[in-house]
Amino acid sequence: MKNKTQQILVMEEGRTEGLYWRDIWRHRDLLYFLAWRDILVRYKQTVIGITWSIIRPLLTMLVFVIVFGKFAKLPSPGVPYPILVYTAILPWQFFANALTESSNSLIENEKLITKVYFPRLIIPASTIMVSVIDFLLSFAILVILMGWYHFIPSWRIIFVPAFFLIAVSASIGLGLWLAALNVKYRDFRYIVPFIVQLGLYISPVGFSSSIITGKWRLLFSINPMAGVIDGFRWAILGGENQLYLNGFIISLGITIILLIAGLWYFRKTERAFADLI
Amino acid sequence: MSNIIKVENLGKKYIIRHQGKEKYLALRDIISRKAAWFGNRLLHPLSKANSAGNPYQEEFWALKDVSFEIKRGSRVGIIGRNGAGKTTLLKILSRITELTKGRITIKGRVASLLEVGTGFHPELTGRENIFLNGAILGMSRSQIKGKFDEIVAFAEVEKFLDTPVKRYSSGMHVRLAFAVAAHLEPEILLVDEVLAVGDAQFQKKCLGKMEDISLKEDKTILFVSHNMGAVSEICTEAILLDKGRLSTHAPVAEVIERYAKDMAAAETSFKPVQDESLPCSILGINLSNSQGQETSSFDIDEEVVITIFYKLAVRLEGFHIVLTLSRNMVDILHTYDVDSLNEVPAVGPGVYRTQYRIPRMLLKAGRYSVTIITTTWETEFQWLNSALNFEVEEYSQNTHMKGYRKERPGIIISPGVWSKQKLE
Repeated sequence: MKNKTQQILVMEEGRTEGLYWRDIWRHRDLLYFLAWRDILVRYKQTVIGITWSIIRPLLTMLVFVIVFGKFAKLPSPGVPYPILVYTAILPWQFFANALTESSNSLIENEKLITKVYFPRLIIPASTIMVSVIDFLLSFAILVILMGWYHFIPSWRIIFVPAFFLIAVSASIGLGLWLAALNVKYRDFRYIVPFIVQLGLYISPVGFSSSIITGKWRLLFSINPMAGVIDGFRWAILGGENQLYLNGFIISLGITIILLIAGLWYFRKTERAFADLI
Repeated sequence: MSNIIKVENLGKKYIIRHQGKEKYLALRDIISRKAAWFGNRLLHPLSKANSAGNPYQEEFWALKDVSFEIKRGSRVGIIGRNGAGKTTLLKILSRITELTKGRITIKGRVASLLEVGTGFHPELTGRENIFLNGAILGMSRSQIKGKFDEIVAFAEVEKFLDTPVKRYSSGMHVRLAFAVAAHLEPEILLVDEVLAVGDAQFQKKCLGKMEDISLKEDKTILFVSHNMGAVSEICTEAILLDKGRLSTHAPVAEVIERYAKDMAAAETSFKPVQDESLPCSILGINLSNSQGQETSSFDIDEEVVITIFYKLAVRLEGFHIVLTLSRNMVDILHTYDVDSLNEVPAVGPGVYRTQYRIPRMLLKAGRYSVTIITTTWETEFQWLNSALNFEVEEYSQNTHMKGYRKERPGIIISPGVWSKQKLE
């Protein structure tokens, strides 16, 4: 396919071009190839390759089941505790992976940034695409787990993609911020694992959000993943798992703000990446 | 013919951060600096944090007031010394970095080749890397598929298509990388000094391909190189940059001549401050070629003559001059003016001239600096570090097929002699 249309590009200070989104469209194959590269390389460099994307959430779940379910005996309203935990681990693991990978993505692709032009947004976006694929694989485990416990999911499971979309938006929003900041301040390389670790405790992964009450619940909902995890539980487990609407709306609002602000900050700083990195 | 590229008053400013001698900062430095900055902000919240007041930063214009126009189908060489802004110009034209001032209008699709094999992943096979690299350079999947066989044939790697690139020889690596880039279909091709790597035969092929591209397909090429031979071979016109400013834009032969003159016009002599208290003082040092013309730019096929004038106030036992020649901070040779003598005689008061001649075809192209020390076996008098600098250039020959080409390994041009006999 040859592009015969005459393209006129004008560069001026502070206004490189107005064709950014068209450029992204033109480079859409690159998005795919970068994600494909990451998966391929992981597959080639590790012994069990892609299986890692299943083992990690599975082991996390086992730890939670043993520590919180067996020893601490946290309540699990009406569903097997492993399933309660796993429905939360799925979106959480996705978010944690996407955040870690996307925040380091620009630095790891330094060579590309200093030597070739393409919309930089493609780099973090491709890492998030890889995390989406990991998510889909580990979702298969949930299906197996439900079969094992003879658990029939609620009809509301059709809403899972919507909640997942929120998780993707939140991870893109925050990931773009961190990726851009990481270029300028390498400190973020150390801050991100800390955010991820802390996030695990303030998100309702090992417990059900219903144990948090009163005004604390609203504060707790500022965490966008709290809304997503509650949404996953509401959609998959059904029954007593009610969606706390006020909290969910706050989570959703924060996610949208994060996404818009992330895109804005990334676009603003993107032009200087090659000079800073 | 219409202008395909129009550059008006282009400027690019960099902020240089002074971070001492270390290239990389330890995290503790960043934190302490940030903390200090933050502390300052807390103490003086109203003062503006601007770069001018920051002792760690300094402005630097890599390009300033550069304007030129390039017509469709022309092949333009961009030449100049190191740091003249050549690569910065290419990076701005290819949109890798943003301009600070001015305006650029480009009519057509641009592809840039600032490095061969950008984004190659060592774990992936040749086949996989062709797709990846093609996508990085801006080709769509269907374009790559369409060109795939041509690329493989050009790179001559058919047998190794499914071998990971990490097992490739460096020659194969470069061949494959250039092959992908050469099959891009831009209207404007920006090429940085990428042909520096790879074997001579392949370089010839690449140059040929580049000429082909521009002749047959009416493509516009901008080519950055230090190799005047290659520039004059490929290009029809050239742009000479000097310290970020455009010095000349004219037919290629004219520009190369101008460049050679500019280089020669640089400092050719050095006069240290006289210190009467020293028993010995250097009056001056100068550089000239074998015809006695002062210059600081030499062809590889030319002798470099370093002349030192000095004065002794008293008679000195064991007096001698030390000369160190270095390139890129690496000392290439270290010699005494008395090296050929078995016994060093005492030197009486007077004014002396001493000369050191570096034979032709010994120094590879590059920038050299001369350090002179006056000393006896006991005392050192003067130490003139990098007193003079000179360039050795590949003016007279195209070194594509030579082992001593600047970018190839080795420190000097081999003084040895090859011989060959047919035995059977």
